Amino acid sequence: MQLALFLIFAVLCVLGALNLLLQRSPINSALSLVVVMLSLAVIYWTLGAEFLAAAQVIVYSGAIMVLFTFVIMLLNAGEEVKTRGSKVAYIVGVPAVLCVAALLSYTFLHERAALGYANLGGRLNDGASNMAELSKVLFTDLLLPFEVTSILILVAILGAVVLARKDN
Amino acid sequence: MVPIPYYLVLAALLFSIGIGAFLIKRNIITVFMSIELMLNAVNLTFVAFSHVHRAVQGQIFVFFVMVVAAAEAAVGLAIIIAIFRARQTLDVDSINLMKN
Repeated sequence: MQLALFLIFAVLCVLGALNLLLQRSPINSALSLVVVMLSLAVIYWTLGAEFLAAAQVIVYSGAIMVLFTFVIMLLNAGEEVKTRGSKVAYIVGVPAVLCVAALLSYTFLHERAALGYANLGGRLNDGASNMAELSKVLFTDLLLPFEVTSILILVAILGAVVLARKDN
Repeated sequence: MVPIPYYLVLAALLFSIGIGAFLIKRNIITVFMSIELMLNAVNLTFVAFSHVHRAVQGQIFVFFVMVVAAAEAAVGLAIIIAIFRARQTLDVDSINLMKN
């Protein structure tokens, strides 16, 4: 049952990623990336990371991809053209990427006995919910890094406004 | 009961497709989207290993990666808009001011 759920969304993920690679128009690539991110949210949930599943939907497919879509529409990005650079990338890149994928997959499948199984709805520690555990660590041990991220976001907002402003 | 290596292999496939898209795509926005795809693949390995070790720290790593990715997307897209204003193109091969 859990294997079927995993397989459905894993296949959806890989198909979405391949569609990102094969589509010529950026808006089609952006929409297939949304499919990948939503399927990943389901996969996070099967691993017991409920908070991250929700955050994935809200932050990634909600905020970041909407930003991408806005920029694609604002800049009126059309279909990309094939150039000499992309031919070189095909010849050198595709075999290298296949090597990376094969090596990583072989390593993970070779060490499968040490890694074990994922249980649906399995809590990390019995009793506490995923949200409670995460916030306990985040607001006690990691309070300073958590507060520093707010400064990071503030700087990012200012940087984005300065960079995208029309200079007179 | 799904073996954890299946999740890791899925993450490896997504990461490889991300590298491939990064190399092959010529549109700067699509190149930027493939970076997001690679970040997502790495996040999946973090969550899978957090499940293996029964430790919540892996999920906190993913939380911080999400925050940084959001900031990075905002700044990166602003840079793309600035480049488009200056050069009227999104093709990465035509943005070669520092090449010669």
